[in-house]
Amino acid sequence: MNFFNQNKIFLSINKYYRFILIFFLILSSLGLIEALIISPEDYLQGDSVRIMYVHVPSAWISLGIFSCMAFLSVLVFIFKNRNLVIIAKSLAPSGFIFTLIALVTGSIWGKPTWGTWWAWDARITTMLILCFFYLMYLLAWRIFEKRDSVIKITSLISIIGAFNIPIIKFSVDWWSTLHQPSSIKILSESKIHESMLTPLIIMTAAFALFSLLIFLMKYNTELIKIKNKGLDRL
Amino acid sequence: MYGKKVKLRLTFLIILVLSLGLTIFLVLKSLKENVIYFLSPTEIKTLNELNKDKIRIGGMVKKDSINISNNQLLFVITDFENEITVTYSGLVPNLFQESKGVVAEGFLKDKNYFMADKILAKHDENYMPPEMIKKKGD
Repeated sequence: MNFFNQNKIFLSINKYYRFILIFFLILSSLGLIEALIISPEDYLQGDSVRIMYVHVPSAWISLGIFSCMAFLSVLVFIFKNRNLVIIAKSLAPSGFIFTLIALVTGSIWGKPTWGTWWAWDARITTMLILCFFYLMYLLAWRIFEKRDSVIKITSLISIIGAFNIPIIKFSVDWWSTLHQPSSIKILSESKIHESMLTPLIIMTAAFALFSLLIFLMKYNTELIKIKNKGLDRL
Repeated sequence: MYGKKVKLRLTFLIILVLSLGLTIFLVLKSLKENVIYFLSPTEIKTLNELNKDKIRIGGMVKKDSINISNNQLLFVITDFENEITVTYSGLVPNLFQESKGVVAEGFLKDKNYFMADKILAKHDENYMPPEMIKKKGD
């Protein structure tokens, strides 16, 4: 497969890395100015609404990355495609970090708003389960040494963990939870004012670029590792 | 087109997805009572027997129902069908307000009376600047 020619990928990553980094820096400073200074405070929560501009993008991205990993893992499991394994593996760390950020910022927001740091409600608990699945996935890569078995095990972990994704998404609609339902819906008007929606979207784009950067760095490292081992592929 | 092994792995994955999906569906369905974070006043009314355990009830704080006397907070939780009176002494979160969501943790005395030992404010999905709410009020 020419598309996955690793030397070519290696070179192009180094070429585009700087552009993405600059673009990320511009977007994130724009997003932070919008989120922390320009956007208004909430009529009820006051300034703690600003936590949302970090919390919501992190949660979205952590779900998105896990979905990508699960999709890749299905292909890896069925077709034994070794190139996709490296992509899935390189996606995991930033997804894990964003899950942690979503949990921690949610806790910081929960204390002044709800009056508690933690609640065993469906949304929060399923998000914790997602965190554990990321952790299992990352640990499995370290624990199992045989190449074939580590690929099978990590793929199965992400495929099984993917069942959790729709449960996280719809938990707030299916059950009564302390966590509020989503403010942004595809089919109906969003319940969030435009002046607050703009920074949210910019921050989401900035965080997505950040995870792309981390992904490219990790992917490069994996390629170097493979080269050092003298293998032509994983 | 594809080898036998590929088809086998595909079949394995389909069976895994089906069985796991069904298992999770059934488990969640039978555990519904434990998955929900709080009961509504209507659900309390339909309870067959009074639950002696600690439970949570949630809904809206009824308008003009908050009363404070002798360090005791008295208010009514409503889901616009049924109501339940709640007593509580202690600190309430800043967002505890009339006509806003609330979750109370504590014990049922009877089906109309709840003794809370913890109050959580439930935030809804609306986010807007203060000027907007003034405009809405006018």
